[in-house]
Amino acid sequence: MFTYTIRRLMFAVPTLLVISFVIFALLDLAPNDPLGELPLTIPPEVREQIRAAMGLDQPFLIRYLKWLQQFFVNEPLNIFEQITGLTVGTGERMRVLSWATRSPVVDLIVQRLPQTLWVVGMAYVFGILIAIPVGVISAYRQYSVFDQVGTFITMVGYSVPTFFTGVLLIVIFSSWLQWFPSIYDTNLVVDSWANFVEQMRQMFLPVLVLSLYNASQITRFVRASMLDNLSMDYVRTARAKGVREKTVLLVHVLRNSLIPVVTVIALGVPTIFSGAIITEQIFRVNGLGQLLITAVQGADIPLVQTLTFIFAVLIVLFNLIADVLYGILDPRIRYD
Amino acid sequence: MKRTKLLLAGTVAALAFANMAHAERGTDGDLKILFWQAVSTLNPYLSGGTKEVYSSSMVIEPLARYDATGALVAWLVTEIPTVANGGVTADMKSITWKLKPGVKWSDGSAFTAEDVVFTWEYCTAPDGGCAQKAQYEGITKVEAVDAQTVKVTFSEPKYYPYSAFVGAQSPILQKAQFKDCVGAKAPGCTAANFGPIGTGPFVVKEFKPNDVITFTANPNFRDAAKPAFASVTLKGGGDAASAARAVLETGEFDYAWNMQVEPEVLATMLKAGKGKIETAFGTQVERIQINWTNPDPKLGDKRSTVEGGKHPALSDPAVRKALSMAIDRDVIDEVGYGEAGKPTCNIVPAPDIYISSTNDWCLKQDIKGANKLLDDAGWKKGSDGIRAKDGVKLSFLYQTSTNSVRQGTQALVKDMWSQIGVASELRNVSASVFFGGDPASPDTFQKFYADVEMYTNNFDGTDPEKYLAEWLCDKIPSPANGWQGQNIPRYCNPAYDKIVNELAKTGDLKKRAELAIKANDMLTAEGAHIPLIHRGQPSAISATLIGVDMNAWDSELWNVADWSRKK
Repeated sequence: MFTYTIRRLMFAVPTLLVISFVIFALLDLAPNDPLGELPLTIPPEVREQIRAAMGLDQPFLIRYLKWLQQFFVNEPLNIFEQITGLTVGTGERMRVLSWATRSPVVDLIVQRLPQTLWVVGMAYVFGILIAIPVGVISAYRQYSVFDQVGTFITMVGYSVPTFFTGVLLIVIFSSWLQWFPSIYDTNLVVDSWANFVEQMRQMFLPVLVLSLYNASQITRFVRASMLDNLSMDYVRTARAKGVREKTVLLVHVLRNSLIPVVTVIALGVPTIFSGAIITEQIFRVNGLGQLLITAVQGADIPLVQTLTFIFAVLIVLFNLIADVLYGILDPRIRYD
Repeated sequence: MKRTKLLLAGTVAALAFANMAHAERGTDGDLKILFWQAVSTLNPYLSGGTKEVYSSSMVIEPLARYDATGALVAWLVTEIPTVANGGVTADMKSITWKLKPGVKWSDGSAFTAEDVVFTWEYCTAPDGGCAQKAQYEGITKVEAVDAQTVKVTFSEPKYYPYSAFVGAQSPILQKAQFKDCVGAKAPGCTAANFGPIGTGPFVVKEFKPNDVITFTANPNFRDAAKPAFASVTLKGGGDAASAARAVLETGEFDYAWNMQVEPEVLATMLKAGKGKIETAFGTQVERIQINWTNPDPKLGDKRSTVEGGKHPALSDPAVRKALSMAIDRDVIDEVGYGEAGKPTCNIVPAPDIYISSTNDWCLKQDIKGANKLLDDAGWKKGSDGIRAKDGVKLSFLYQTSTNSVRQGTQALVKDMWSQIGVASELRNVSASVFFGGDPASPDTFQKFYADVEMYTNNFDGTDPEKYLAEWLCDKIPSPANGWQGQNIPRYCNPAYDKIVNELAKTGDLKKRAELAIKANDMLTAEGAHIPLIHRGQPSAISATLIGVDMNAWDSELWNVADWSRKK
């Protein structure tokens, strides 16, 4: 298993390099322009100078190599300096700068990460916590009223897009009932019970929207996997031996059924980091998803490039983790 | 009865007294502003975007700015320099500003002429990519005569000298804070760019880029009684409709900028009674540009260039005029703009002294007249109902940027044109591509690979000289100048060039207005474009907020120091 993991990690390096190049090339070919949002009253000569100040007048390959150096050498060195307090060299090096804010991209990401982890991560955890019991009961009592209702809700939750449910919930709970705020206050500091309640209130709607979506998806997997296992020979044997039904279901069947589910959950973890673009935008949660969408709209290429690449790293990494977990959970699978 | 009156009078007096008592700094709590396009930086010299210019205007200020009527107001100076008061020399080659005594930066240090000189050096430094460089055009020297006097010298007579240090686009930066951030080093100064020290009513407390800014009242502000609010929270992100909802329906915010929302959607929100929409009319005109050159793809590199030849159909003045006559601007206004727009036939729609009524024939739709005009010009309807002459069909590609109001207008215009036998094919391009100006992209508005295209343009401040110069023959975009030119219709008329050149040499305001009107009339009459709607800037304002004076000539937040909470 260890050699397998090492081999996979080694292989990830060229993969990621190719990915970074492809992202860079695609973004370069995309026709949108960082100056597109500026007022037309800014004359063309000035626009040319702004472009040059962004480094856009340099050829494609130079820009790519510069980004590679900034991202793989300068940024890690900078993090190292911040953690240890040491200075490497002169301590002055070009960092990856966003074109819109003209500030280091990594600082922007660090600033946005906590909100995304809180809101989107919480929704993911809730989604899992709801999905497993619902999936188990639905499968055990297949075609019962509970299963029918559950299937209906999960189908709706899965197929209705979040930009619809989000706005619907705002109209109901914020505009009509006025129970929850429609705009996330990103300046709220939780240091007392009152603040904590306020934080819960403002997280409620976005978490609800995302939990519904996540739970719907995972419930379907749990239910399907449970149904597969319930008809297996070992279940019949256990029941014939006189094992209690609860033990059969929760120990034998559930454990085996969760193997594919765990993989699905692991593969879904990178999506927490990429944020829920639409939901964050609707509720104005200042997470990574919102950062990405504003960067895309404003053609802030260095920011889009860096974010997308970080997501690519996470996806490659969690694919590996899912594979390793699969091997650990299921002794029948051996990689070596 | 008399008693009630007395009681009422008493109450009014008490209220007035209460208001006076509240005229104290920082007594009205937090002001919540929503910009659905989030603010990226607080240094307008590095961004140039309207959102950055507006948000930073609460902190950094220019020497003079425009009020809601478009008149110049002395802001950090004692008076507006003119030839009459000796501030501007008779040869119009220099202007001298006298700074108000006693003005302090928010850190307590004195505001001096050195800061003004530095601001000019900062924006004109090479490799800085300063977005507001155009404001400092034609300046050869800015010098500090003494600590309170700044002298600006121009390379040639400047008949409208109020551009540098005037208006929200060119505020004064503090030399002490930015002295190591000049030129190529400008973007690296993140702390300064995110928290400029200013002379304005508010100080940046925390800036989260593309998200939220927190301001607190400036303790060193020159008016001890202002601002009434102790702090400002400026939140960004989302979309226009939900921003309008946050002010008008849920009441979570006090002020929301740029409410580009369909009138019927706004009307439902306004029913909640929590706020109102106010519109300021500046110089924005939504227009259909007409391509005078041939955009035929067969021409290859010569497409939409002067070398490629004239447009086969649109070079006929009758066609251009008929297209304008067939449009019912009232319908477009009602459906797409409501309170935020009014029909216009001018390209210079404001200020008042520049408004012309010569072309007001276009305000009334005249299908019959348009049909007759085309008949007389020899454009005959074919079996498909589309007019043609010598094998050239009146069938046009009509492009614009992606935006629901614009697509609605496109559909309406297509229908109106079909009534005069003109077919049109609609196309929309993402705004960041359309306005991006990437010379490699075929879809930019500058390349104009279409017959007609629609967008809005305007001019900064109140003087249209530079704007009218955009239609000069030498401003036509072409491959030779990297498609960088502002004469989008490729209009070229020596008579027009003459008027604009004369305008640049005229100092008398009345005469300037006459010339500007003449130029404006010429453009519409000749059909360089079809003006549609004079667009305003609508903002949503909470019913509890008082003191807002909507301003289209400067930042909308120009008088934020005077805003207060209704008690």
